Amino acid sequence: MAAEAVGSGGGSPSSARRRLRIISGHLRGSGRAALSPSPCKAQGGPAGPAAGSIPKKRQELLKWNGWGYNDSKFIFNKKGQAEFTGKRYRLGGMVLPTFKEWIEKTFGASLEHKTTSRASLNVNDVPPSIVNEEFLQDLRATNISYSQDAEDRVFRAHGHCLHEIFVLREGMFKRIPDIVVWPVCHEDVVKIVELACKHNLCIIPFGGGTSVSSALECPEEEKRTIISLDTSQMNRILWIDEKNLTACVEAGIVGQDLEKQLGESGFCTGHEPDSMEFSSLGGWVATRASGMKKNIYGNIEDLVIHIKMVTPRGIVEKNCQVPRMSTGPDIHHFIMGSEGTLGVVTEVTIKIRPLPEYQKYGSVVFPNFERGVACLREVAKQRCAPASIRLVDNAQFQFGHALKPQVASIFTSFLDGLKKFYITKFKGFDPNILCVATLLFEGDREKVLQHEKQVYDIATKFGGLAAGEDNGQRGYMLTFVIAYIRDLGLDYYVIGESFETSVPWDRVLDLCRNVKERIVRECKEKGVQFAPFSTCRVTQTYDAGACVYFYFAFNYRGISDPIHVYEEIERAAREEILANGGSLSHHHGVGKLRKRWMKESISDVGLGMLRSVKEYVDPNNIFGNKNLL
Amino acid sequence: MYSKELTSKKRDEFEDILEERRLSSDLRYAMKCYTPVIYKGLSPCKPNAIKTAVLQSEQVQYVIKQLAKEMGESPDIIQEEATEILDEMGHSMQLGAVRFFISFCLSELFCKYWSNIVCSVFLFQLQHAIQEHPVVLLPSHRSYVDFLMLSYLLYTYDLALPVIAAGIDFLGMKIVGELLRRAGAFFMRRSFGGNRLYWAVFAEYVKTMLRNGYAPIEFFLEGTRSRTAKTLTPKFGLLSIVMEPFFKREVFDTYLVPISISYERILEESLYAYELLGVPKPKESTSGLLKARRILSDNFGTIHIYVGQPVSLRTLASGRINLCPYNLVPRHLPQKPSEDIQEFVSDVAYKMELLQIENMVLSPWVLVAAVLLQNLPAMDFELLIEKTVWLKGLTQTFGGFIEWPDNLCAKKAVTSALALHSNIARLVNGHVVLNDKGEEDGAIGEIVFKRALAILMCGNYRNQLLNVFVRPSLVALALQMTRSFRKEEVYSCFSILRDVFSDEFIFFPGISLKDFEEGCFLLTKCDAIQTTQQEIYLTDKGSVIVSFLSAMFRPFVEGYQLIFRYLSKETREAFTEKQFVPGVRNFVFQLLEKGNTQCYEALSSDMQKNALAALVQMGVVLLIFKIITIEDPATGPHIILTVS
Repeated sequence: MAAEAVGSGGGSPSSARRRLRIISGHLRGSGRAALSPSPCKAQGGPAGPAAGSIPKKRQELLKWNGWGYNDSKFIFNKKGQAEFTGKRYRLGGMVLPTFKEWIEKTFGASLEHKTTSRASLNVNDVPPSIVNEEFLQDLRATNISYSQDAEDRVFRAHGHCLHEIFVLREGMFKRIPDIVVWPVCHEDVVKIVELACKHNLCIIPFGGGTSVSSALECPEEEKRTIISLDTSQMNRILWIDEKNLTACVEAGIVGQDLEKQLGESGFCTGHEPDSMEFSSLGGWVATRASGMKKNIYGNIEDLVIHIKMVTPRGIVEKNCQVPRMSTGPDIHHFIMGSEGTLGVVTEVTIKIRPLPEYQKYGSVVFPNFERGVACLREVAKQRCAPASIRLVDNAQFQFGHALKPQVASIFTSFLDGLKKFYITKFKGFDPNILCVATLLFEGDREKVLQHEKQVYDIATKFGGLAAGEDNGQRGYMLTFVIAYIRDLGLDYYVIGESFETSVPWDRVLDLCRNVKERIVRECKEKGVQFAPFSTCRVTQTYDAGACVYFYFAFNYRGISDPIHVYEEIERAAREEILANGGSLSHHHGVGKLRKRWMKESISDVGLGMLRSVKEYVDPNNIFGNKNLL
Repeated sequence: MYSKELTSKKRDEFEDILEERRLSSDLRYAMKCYTPVIYKGLSPCKPNAIKTAVLQSEQVQYVIKQLAKEMGESPDIIQEEATEILDEMGHSMQLGAVRFFISFCLSELFCKYWSNIVCSVFLFQLQHAIQEHPVVLLPSHRSYVDFLMLSYLLYTYDLALPVIAAGIDFLGMKIVGELLRRAGAFFMRRSFGGNRLYWAVFAEYVKTMLRNGYAPIEFFLEGTRSRTAKTLTPKFGLLSIVMEPFFKREVFDTYLVPISISYERILEESLYAYELLGVPKPKESTSGLLKARRILSDNFGTIHIYVGQPVSLRTLASGRINLCPYNLVPRHLPQKPSEDIQEFVSDVAYKMELLQIENMVLSPWVLVAAVLLQNLPAMDFELLIEKTVWLKGLTQTFGGFIEWPDNLCAKKAVTSALALHSNIARLVNGHVVLNDKGEEDGAIGEIVFKRALAILMCGNYRNQLLNVFVRPSLVALALQMTRSFRKEEVYSCFSILRDVFSDEFIFFPGISLKDFEEGCFLLTKCDAIQTTQQEIYLTDKGSVIVSFLSAMFRPFVEGYQLIFRYLSKETREAFTEKQFVPGVRNFVFQLLEKGNTQCYEALSSDMQKNALAALVQMGVVLLIFKIITIEDPATGPHIILTVS
């Protein structure tokens, strides 16, 4: 299962919903058919997958060497102005007049210095598919769809780490899956795992492909045939239980389809990781995902009621669908975060909620980051966090500012000017220090308004000024466009990535400052000639701490091996996080990228405990993606 | 560990800061426009605001609550106590006072009594450091003059003025104490290990200033003025306090700046000699200082200040320490540092002291003193010059940093050194002699005392050479003692000597072999020895050097033997340190009176304490008793060898 959550994708729920409507419009079939109560019956013709938003041939809709949809990207138009193409997002078709200047100022990049990716995948470079004929015969007998096509295989050989995208643009992976299979139901998965055990092959589960932990990369030294088990065709909602507010869903469904289909029945899960357009339910489970609105709905571990997983040792599941049980350590916790090392999650029963009646965005400007963090801490203390509350630092605030589309009316621009005047001149906020919190409230109209007042009252105590709904909404937009921006940056010698951590409240400020400073210092030491863009935001609040998200990018002109330099700096930044009392990961997971710190993170004995589970469940390492352990 | 580069070029890096001062008025200097560079993250605040912040800090409040619970008292009472501690401790730096005190008074003094104050002009590094991260200034400590020397320097160069850790005894001096306080001194009690409240308040006070980047923090690693001009072994308490914010990642980095302040002539030279001989040190008092002023009618030569390159604590710590323990306990709880951390702090302390030593400036007189002490009671002037020049070459080979202008002829250098130190030695009929006689012949005790005084005073100058010479010299000593060519044997002897003298000289902990190799390297460099894989040979030229080097350290070898002898023969039961020092002193004094030893330096209380400390550290105090009684103590260095 693919990891969820590269820092991109979701956007605001309402825009997501608008987006979904558009998408569903031009995709054949409707989601209705998916609500079939019958499980997959292998004989008599398969029940068949529902028509999801992402086709089986992913290349038809998605970029082969970058993030997201083919039709959506940042470009510089003929006038040299930045523009976002396509009609899927709110920003689509809009001109961003100040963006070019921001890029030039922030990165020292120039439009004249351009790198170009290969135009398309060169099939001849792709490692050949080596699959044993006996296995193929057995596979054909099961009627499960498969492919040995080079494009299909390359598409499932990577996630969205910087180095992976870089390889796609300029080189080729040394090892990729030999064959892609598309089971359409739990029973298909059982058959595939049995065959893999029989022929001693390696399975790497694939969900949405949004991993940012090198989790999908094939181990180079793997000599066995690698099967990429693509769960995307297992995407039906099997049933909805309105009395208990649960739904049983096949694990391959992607976030946007899940919400869309539940929405048609008036429900939602409320789980909205930033990658929800592409990432899958199974992937969320396998990486311990976290959603933007976890304050109301909870993280994946709070949402899951029941999990069915196919392992080489057999099927693991609980015997009932209850809110809690005391039967020894919770076996769900072996599964959640197992990153595809133990088996394939096939079906998940997940909590659902009625769709919220009312949503409202908001934003607050603080004189500085310290005050902002203090305010978030107080909000967390009073346990009155809205569905989402995020605090971006000044650099990210300016970044958001640069993404402001051209304003249509003079009146709006006049208002903007007035707002700016009020905040900087009248209230004395320094535009180079101030920072912004974005808010999203959800629920009954009345309660939302009440809640809103409570939060703004707290903010006032910390010197915060309400800064309007628009700014809030744009803040959330920033989250999903940033991954598209990376592809633009790559064209102009700018590489970057995001990474995250969780940290106790009292260390938030120190950690943010030290990590940013470490990045700047490492860049200097490693010969990066331009000051890096290193910025952070507090994206989740908890009783005891917060989740902090960093963006880091730099202009690599003049460096011969930018990816290596980048990785060394990212590694240093992670060391710094750990030294500052932060965690190895809040929700991206470990994959292969962060394995080296696992022992330090969970102790020798802890690692041994996980290993012994792996040894029992999968003694022949069929699930051999080498993640985590 | 030790820099091998020659330092002859360093001289070009110095600049006289009195020169300009002499040309303009003190008043104008005091009123000069002072806009120093400051720490980039500084949030400016008044001294009282710091005190309030300290009192209200979680750290101090935690200890207050703990103590209140344990003693069953109300927290208010303990809070009150904490406030009193803070008031006693806190500085109240005022620019006005600094201007008056530092620029006006000190300029006055400095200009009058010192011919030059010369400082390294590489201050831009310090300037850069002060802006980047919190800075800790770590000067050497040879004299009271050190206290405001740096403030004077930083003021002159428009750099942020430091706050300075001073001993509480200064507060006994009425006006001076308060003046120092206004000039940025804060006061710490000499010992407060057991007092948790005091420790918490003090540590938090220092850390608050550091975290805010309020001002550079200045303190003396040696803890007190070195009475012997040898660098004292470092104290770790304050250093570990200033390092903690980095360990806890409350700051990104901290710069440690080793600073060497070298005096051509030390203000307290005779005072120190008296003190070492057990004539009690006068309590710090204002009138004492005024009297000290009278001493100042003399010329005291040149002061050299070398501001070393700021050392990044982060770089030192990189890859060395596991910060995990700090992540598992709330940061405001007092936490005993782990063994790793303690070891690291100790390593850093030694490293900083070694850097101080490296940049100490040695005057020609230091060389003269070293030669003279090997040629008592009198030495031919020409021979002295010749030997001094020879020693100059050797010192430079060993990396010593000598202030001896290229164009200055040897005779002039020695003559002017003698002139500046005429209270110690003088030229009589073409011979140089120590001033070791009283006005008239007194009792034998009186004679011994006077002679000891002169030798200790002279010795305190020679001492400035010792840390530069100690590694090759201990190799030389080991060669003489073992009379062996086998490297292994020589090394094992070296290593014992190194352990025995571990409190006497500064060695980086735990790298005995490296020190040995360094010593051999330097001896090879001056052609004294040749080494093969297994063996060490003396060259023809080598015997002169080797015997000079071992003679240089002989007072210590013999002194330690006397002390061991005292321990083995004279004390049969447990004793306290208070009994120990006068006990040894009397013992040695009697031997000197009878003429049974010539080792006057064994009278030095410093040496006595160091010897005892080393023995205790090695855990051999008891062992020593047995072995020394077997050996004949008069036969020389072999005794120490047998300890092993």
